[in-house]
Amino acid sequence: MALESMQEIFDKIEKTQKPFWRVILETDMDEREVTEADSMARMRYTWKAMLESVDSYQGDRRSVSGLVGGDGKKMRDHAAGMETLCGPYLQEVIATALSVGESNACMCKIVAAPTAGACGVLPAVMVPLYKNGGAEEEEILKALYVASGIGAVIAFRACIAGAAGGCQAEIGSASAMAAGALTALRGGDAAQIGNAVAMALKNLMGLVCDPIAGLVEVPCVKRNVVGAVNAISCADMALAGITSRVPVDQVIDCMGDVGRRMPVEFRETALGGLAVTPFGQSIKEQMEQRS
Amino acid sequence: MLDIFDILGPVMVGPSSSHTAGAVRIGAMARTLLGGQPVKADIALHGSFAETGQGHGTDRALVAGLLGMHPDDLDIPRSFEIAAEKGMEFVIHPVQLRDAHPNTAILKVEDAAGKQLTVQGVSIGGGRIRVDKINGVDVNFTGTYNTLVVRHQDVAGELSRITNELAVGGVNIANMSLCRNRRGGDVLTIIETDQKLQPDVVQRIGTLYAVHDVTYYEKEDA
Repeated sequence: MALESMQEIFDKIEKTQKPFWRVILETDMDEREVTEADSMARMRYTWKAMLESVDSYQGDRRSVSGLVGGDGKKMRDHAAGMETLCGPYLQEVIATALSVGESNACMCKIVAAPTAGACGVLPAVMVPLYKNGGAEEEEILKALYVASGIGAVIAFRACIAGAAGGCQAEIGSASAMAAGALTALRGGDAAQIGNAVAMALKNLMGLVCDPIAGLVEVPCVKRNVVGAVNAISCADMALAGITSRVPVDQVIDCMGDVGRRMPVEFRETALGGLAVTPFGQSIKEQMEQRS
Repeated sequence: MLDIFDILGPVMVGPSSSHTAGAVRIGAMARTLLGGQPVKADIALHGSFAETGQGHGTDRALVAGLLGMHPDDLDIPRSFEIAAEKGMEFVIHPVQLRDAHPNTAILKVEDAAGKQLTVQGVSIGGGRIRVDKINGVDVNFTGTYNTLVVRHQDVAGELSRITNELAVGGVNIANMSLCRNRRGGDVLTIIETDQKLQPDVVQRIGTLYAVHDVTYYEKEDA
């Protein structure tokens, strides 16, 4: 996308008096040479695929290694039986993040957002809102434009792949996108969206990518939960008028810098972190024996 | 540069955009460049593709692509069985390459008529791919544009005849590369275009006198 900083988006909003989502939509129309209807249709298709990735969940599926599966169902069953600590919205967010992350590990259909490993974060915050009547489809589509614009800026200035910048680049970026999208959905202005993004990225900065046996399973699925919950807390903070002391573009650049300096062992190579715990190594050996 | 649907997308079968979705696209690219369904495939996996490929379904994803599936096809996990039904034989083995990206696969494919092709493809992240070699000749294209692959004799002026056909067809060139293995030998000209090519344009290029064969890859629509 041609937008290279959050500041550039803010400036366009200031100059044209158009909302955040429309600036992203029009950038997409310019770049791909498509009409507004074409762009919206593709966003709607993406949203429908996200919804389907939630609805198609089956709690009895297990991943290749057998480590992942069933936790989304466990969380829902728990929430159905008693009052949870975190309440109706957050309990469904947690269950959704787990469900979509598990479906991904089980080779089901998901929407990479921005990556497959982080595919649970955006649906986790959006789908429960949509289903409980907290947001109409048209509002969600606009919020998804906001999310994609934020993601494109992060991809340009820093990175969104675990191999390039660790988990902070995947779950961190997804969380920042979700935080900005939620803030927009609840009527936050451009500055508030920027603050939500900055806070979400800061809170997950330094998170390493350390998948056991190199698989997108452990710890990836549960990190989708932390990405979603972090996004919600940052959106609410931004809407309350709480600001990030460090400006958002500087936070994004900083995340990229931390990613580049991160030892290669912590960038999706399965040579560090949880992947080299005795348990992690034992799973790796089991996988090798099977092949 | 990424567009917003590279960020929100692709819609894909998990678990990894690079090791699964990208692998499907490499397989599909090899199938398109061959010009149809392979009956034989030799799939060599390098680096991370070899080490974690099985857990990510990279092997099944590459075969799915060779069968013409897209990254969101729910049949990807069943691709080995479908290959057997369709009569495509394949072998998968690790390979160690020098100076290759960790997510590299080399696909040697053959169609029913005996036409052979070797494609070296790389999954560069987020489900995006790059073709690094065709039949051992260095190339560099990604499938994010409509792509014309022309194999022709190394003679003066052939490029201008090819691009003239594109100009007449109203097609704008986005990126272009030309590479030969020796003077007077075979040349691979890769042309990425903004517009889709009409079949008659591709056909006219195919009949130019120094052109051996031409393959056209149309970019995936959403």
